[in-house]
Amino acid sequence: MADREERRFAEVPRESVKLVAESAGVELSDDVAALLAEDVCYRLREATQSSSQFMRHAKRRKLTVEDFNRALRWSNVEAICGYGAQDVLPFRSIKEGELFFVEDRDINLVELALATNIPKGCAETMVRVNVSYLDGKGNLEPQGTVPSAVQTLSEDLLKYYQQITRAILGEDPHLMKVALLDLQSNSKMAALLPYFVYVISGVKSVSHDLEQLNRLLHMVKSLIQNPYLYLGSYVRSLVSSVMYCILEPLAASINPLNDHWTLRDYAALLLSHIFWSHGDLVSGLYHQILLSLQKVLSDPVRPLCSHYGAVVGLHALGWKAVERVLYPHLPAYWANLQAVLDDYSVSNAQVKADGHKVYGAILVAVERLLKMKALSLSQPAEGPRGAGAGRQDPGPGAPGHRASSPGLTPPPEPLSEAALGIASHLQAGGAGCPWEAWSPVPLPAMYGELYSFFGDSLAVRFSTGPGAEGRGPGGGGGGGGRGPGGVSPPRALPQLGMAAKDPPPGPAHPDTARKMPQLTANLSLSPRRDGSPRGGGAAEPAPPSLAATGLSRPLARSSSSSAQRSRASSSRPGQRAAGPSRDVFPKARFTAPPAGGGAPTFAFLIGGRQMGRRCQGRRPFLTAFAPAPPLPSLPPRTYAHKLPVIGRVSKPVRRWACSHYSLHLPL
Amino acid sequence: MAAVQSGQSETEEEKEIQPETSNDGSRTDLRPPAESPGGPASSPGAVKPSAPGEEETLRAVLRFLQKNNLSESVEILRREAGLPDEPEDQTGSESSGTGSGGQEAGGGVGDAGSLLSRVSAAPTPAAATVAAPPPPPLKVGAGDDRPDVNVVLSAYSQQGDPVLYDVYYSGLKKFIESVLDCHRAELSQVFYPLFVHMYLELVYNNHEAESKAFFEKFSGDQECYYADDLRILSSLSKKEHMRGNETLLDFRTSKFVLRISRDSYQLLKRHLQERQNNQIWTIIQEHLYIDIFDGMPRSKSQIDAMSGSLAGEAKRDSNKAKVFYGLLKEPEIEVPLDDEDEEVENEEGKPKKKKPKKDSLGNKSKKQDPNAPQQNRIPLPELKDSDKLDKIMNLKEATKRVRLGRDTLPSICFYSFLNAYQGLTAVDFTDDSSLIAGGYADSTVRVWSVTPKKLRRVKSAADLSLIDKESDDVLERIMDEKTASESKILHGHSGPVYGISFSPDRNYLLSCSEDGTVRLWSLQTFTCLVGYKGHNYPVWDTQFSPYGYYFISGGHDRVARLWATDHYQPLRMFAGHLADITCTRFHPNSNYVATGSSDRTIRLWDVLTGNCVRILTGHKGPIHAIAFSPNGKFMASGATDGRVLLWDIGHGIMIGDLKGHTDAIYTLKFSRDGEILASGSMDNTVRLWDAFKAFDELETDDFTATTGHIHLPENSQELLLGTYLTKATPVIHLHFTRRNLLLAAGAYNP
Repeated sequence: MADREERRFAEVPRESVKLVAESAGVELSDDVAALLAEDVCYRLREATQSSSQFMRHAKRRKLTVEDFNRALRWSNVEAICGYGAQDVLPFRSIKEGELFFVEDRDINLVELALATNIPKGCAETMVRVNVSYLDGKGNLEPQGTVPSAVQTLSEDLLKYYQQITRAILGEDPHLMKVALLDLQSNSKMAALLPYFVYVISGVKSVSHDLEQLNRLLHMVKSLIQNPYLYLGSYVRSLVSSVMYCILEPLAASINPLNDHWTLRDYAALLLSHIFWSHGDLVSGLYHQILLSLQKVLSDPVRPLCSHYGAVVGLHALGWKAVERVLYPHLPAYWANLQAVLDDYSVSNAQVKADGHKVYGAILVAVERLLKMKALSLSQPAEGPRGAGAGRQDPGPGAPGHRASSPGLTPPPEPLSEAALGIASHLQAGGAGCPWEAWSPVPLPAMYGELYSFFGDSLAVRFSTGPGAEGRGPGGGGGGGGRGPGGVSPPRALPQLGMAAKDPPPGPAHPDTARKMPQLTANLSLSPRRDGSPRGGGAAEPAPPSLAATGLSRPLARSSSSSAQRSRASSSRPGQRAAGPSRDVFPKARFTAPPAGGGAPTFAFLIGGRQMGRRCQGRRPFLTAFAPAPPLPSLPPRTYAHKLPVIGRVSKPVRRWACSHYSLHLPL
Repeated sequence: MAAVQSGQSETEEEKEIQPETSNDGSRTDLRPPAESPGGPASSPGAVKPSAPGEEETLRAVLRFLQKNNLSESVEILRREAGLPDEPEDQTGSESSGTGSGGQEAGGGVGDAGSLLSRVSAAPTPAAATVAAPPPPPLKVGAGDDRPDVNVVLSAYSQQGDPVLYDVYYSGLKKFIESVLDCHRAELSQVFYPLFVHMYLELVYNNHEAESKAFFEKFSGDQECYYADDLRILSSLSKKEHMRGNETLLDFRTSKFVLRISRDSYQLLKRHLQERQNNQIWTIIQEHLYIDIFDGMPRSKSQIDAMSGSLAGEAKRDSNKAKVFYGLLKEPEIEVPLDDEDEEVENEEGKPKKKKPKKDSLGNKSKKQDPNAPQQNRIPLPELKDSDKLDKIMNLKEATKRVRLGRDTLPSICFYSFLNAYQGLTAVDFTDDSSLIAGGYADSTVRVWSVTPKKLRRVKSAADLSLIDKESDDVLERIMDEKTASESKILHGHSGPVYGISFSPDRNYLLSCSEDGTVRLWSLQTFTCLVGYKGHNYPVWDTQFSPYGYYFISGGHDRVARLWATDHYQPLRMFAGHLADITCTRFHPNSNYVATGSSDRTIRLWDVLTGNCVRILTGHKGPIHAIAFSPNGKFMASGATDGRVLLWDIGHGIMIGDLKGHTDAIYTLKFSRDGEILASGSMDNTVRLWDAFKAFDELETDDFTATTGHIHLPENSQELLLGTYLTKATPVIHLHFTRRNLLLAAGAYNP
């Protein structure tokens, strides 16, 4: 008999009746339970029938709990309390007990009562009239949409909106600052959010005006920092505007005098900010951002400034992003970049300058990657302390730009915890994506490969992480402390369970450190030249596959070592080495730290940056990562011929490192 | 105001009445069910006392005998007079209304006189208690006194072989399918009531499996508009469930009315007698009322148009009573011609000639309409000065009225209720469109001023005493300027407010609620003046009479009540509907009241006598909107099935079926001149219909009028003048301003 009913109505099975009876302490026989179940069903249907009447008279289409309770009350049954919530109640099941229940969370009333941000009551009920149809025709506005009365803003809001936009996009910088500050803290402007987002999306129309772009980005910053705003799906729109500033070859960048690099840096910082604070609002956002960045990076047709933006953006998204996107792309990209950098024709000067920019950005990103990776690998062993330290010590870059970024606190550093978040994002969004196939490269291998590209400059940077860590925050070590910079990669490796038994004693003396490369240079020669860094990398710490002394950096970098090319370029270092820079750089590298008084930031001074300093070109707004490549507004030619020096300078160190490996390998 | 104090005692009084009435009901029901009129031999409905007057006298005697517990005499008298006994049996059916109306008519005449005196003269409390008679026990409707269920159901106790039910029914089905086409449609009407009663008999006799099989097998054959009832039936599978099931009681207590031509009926009768199919024959005898007419059998579409209600079609003679649908003569008011008006006319030049014409037209209409009731048929309140002023305003506005028609459609303004999270359930405009009120599910009523004039409260008594009462602007001085605001909230109900209505003079507001009360609010003080308690169940709708003073309310208890604002007890109770009364409307002449119900019928009640003078069937869903045409001749009704039906009140027949809406219709309104009918629905549209055409082309011949056989125009689409989408807002109220601008209202809930 139940078969028909089951198709027609929802049924309460007798098992449920028994269960309920049991919970009330009554044993029921099957017959009784069946009878009861049937009666319960009937009563439920009856109550539902009569409750629908209340729904109809309330002129609703949706039957509410209240309707049902009214029906119960009028048939002298106790109403059921506690289910009147407007939104859908989550229905959970417990597998073991085959129980289903409505989740009923505890609410901490104390918290609720003491909460400082008291929610405002809902808006006042009101009546608005609009002429819908004139003389039975003539729709004054498209019908069937949301009443305009709902959308129209109150007079005050409208005024506020006008004033704010006028102030921000206007001339007066002071006014702008005030407006931005207010935008950042105003709690009553949620209704205006779509308007502001719309204004911001205007970046595409002012790509020629750096100043306006900057202001719009500041507006983004204020909006995302406003704690009262719920950005919701507007995050997507904001991100696309910011991405535009990061990636697009803006009209403003045609003029080399325009510092669009800064804009891109700032936009990248904003991007990371949006992502780390609001990324959870839009699912798959991270993945989409990474994909678009990757697309730009792998597109050789794009101008270098776009590539720069992509690198900067990746860097801003955290070292995991760098590891996943930039690192695998590096070999392929390097060839292109190298070609640009190696072109010394005058016509190429501008492009080359851009190339250096990209180079610097990659360098910074990669260094952070190495450092963080080392940190993250060493941290698990250290336990919670390490994790805590990781969070509190957001890499040496952070303090630097914390001070320098204009009013924007840096995003929480994406350390180990954040990395988790990233991973989950990828897993969620990237089913069937190439991401899945990606497997982490062991640090030493990575280091090896990167070293092959960057050589010495990379080593220097890398050194500081472990150095600072070992030394603690004090980090006041003088020359001795900085000195080990050169050696620290090996020192990090042992920590990772690598073959090395103890840190080489060499680093104790800066002098030896400096000289060592030279000494070992020949020793380390070429046994591994043919073994590509990647090839060896998987199994063992592949020492940077080193070219012979005579071989130029290019050969090493583009792992497809074409002998001809290398030979052709091999002459260059020699020529250029004639300049004073050759001496300056090594010295600068090792003397600067003591001069810096031990502040960890200075440990990162590298060739590129120093050069920037020398040129007075670096401005404090290079924010996203303090050690960002500094080459700014000065005419590119000034440093164009200097940059290769880096390569030269690095050579000895590289060789030294190589020798170090070679020494240890036999063991 | 007396009601407020005596509310308590009143409810007690009601309690005392309750048991009495239920005793009464059971007593009448104790008669053996076999005593149906005339017995099987005589054709049902044939024996009927010819003169209604005599019948009423007989009924009065019967009632008297019953009152004195002379039950045997009652039986004898009944048998001898040949009175059909279903009136008492079907508590609250139309004829019981007639009976009780007769009784009340006696008291009512005197009552009416006193009404008038009370209207003009301020009532003393003593007069009020004397004048308001306690509700006559027999009049309490089906909703209030449930006849003892066991007794009612015992009619089903006759045993038959449950297996044979199937055979019987399919045999009949086979027969009906084999008869001539012209008879088939008519005889098919028998299926549904037969099916229901057979199913119920099976259930009652505990043949659960058989009843289910029976339902399975034949429920698909029934007309689709019975689906809702079938669903309720199908959920019923045990004898125990039958107790307290209202739908079931309706089936049992009222006879399902069928209209069948004599030929068809003979066919059916012969077949059943040949087959010795007593089971079915008994059911037809006991539970069906077959209204036989001579002439051509009706077509399927004709039948479908009229059927659909819970208890079949209306009997033909239930719609025979004369209805005075004409308008009352407007009191003569000298319209002072404004200077402004003159100027306007002069500017336009020519219209000056027209003016006298218009006046003469106006004079003509002021002649007594032959169809209108006596001016003093029911006592109406005297016009106050302010009312006269308002009438003058109305007339002035009327001269500027846009004349609507097929080619000049009205402009539509939509009043959106924003942020109505509480749930907007009812809306009303004042006649001059200066105020708008909304009833909410959170038990509040909110009143807004649509004009720049803000709402102000009268000053407190202490402040009032300080006012110089001689000054000219005393009316202005009594208002408290501090309380001026655009809207006011009225708190008092303890359940959702389902209906509201402004008094014509804009001084009062009525609201009815789930809490079973109707409340009268003053729009001077914005406080509640009276709570009218009488409905003990949710009150779904209420409306002021067009002349004020009276109001009607109806609700879940299936009884509509007529009240006067100064009486805490109802003056009339209109019982007869078989399900909830969902909407109530006054006829423009205030002498009649129309009620729509969930039993899918509309009934028109005479306010004076309390009789049900029209039963209109044809809707296939609960009726939620009724509107009278301004001339009082026609009526439109809308139901949840999305159809609007037009009715000719004088003849009591359906004259139009407007299809177009896709969801429940909640509001209907005729334009001021009656040319356009506007309907608003849950499907977020307002539709305009050409009422002029629908009524103009109408020619009711005598045949149609007497037989009630209607021929509806095939296509209602040519009457549809326009469909107007709202902005995702259900339309729950429509109103034509005095200049024929259409106002619509609804709550926007994203």
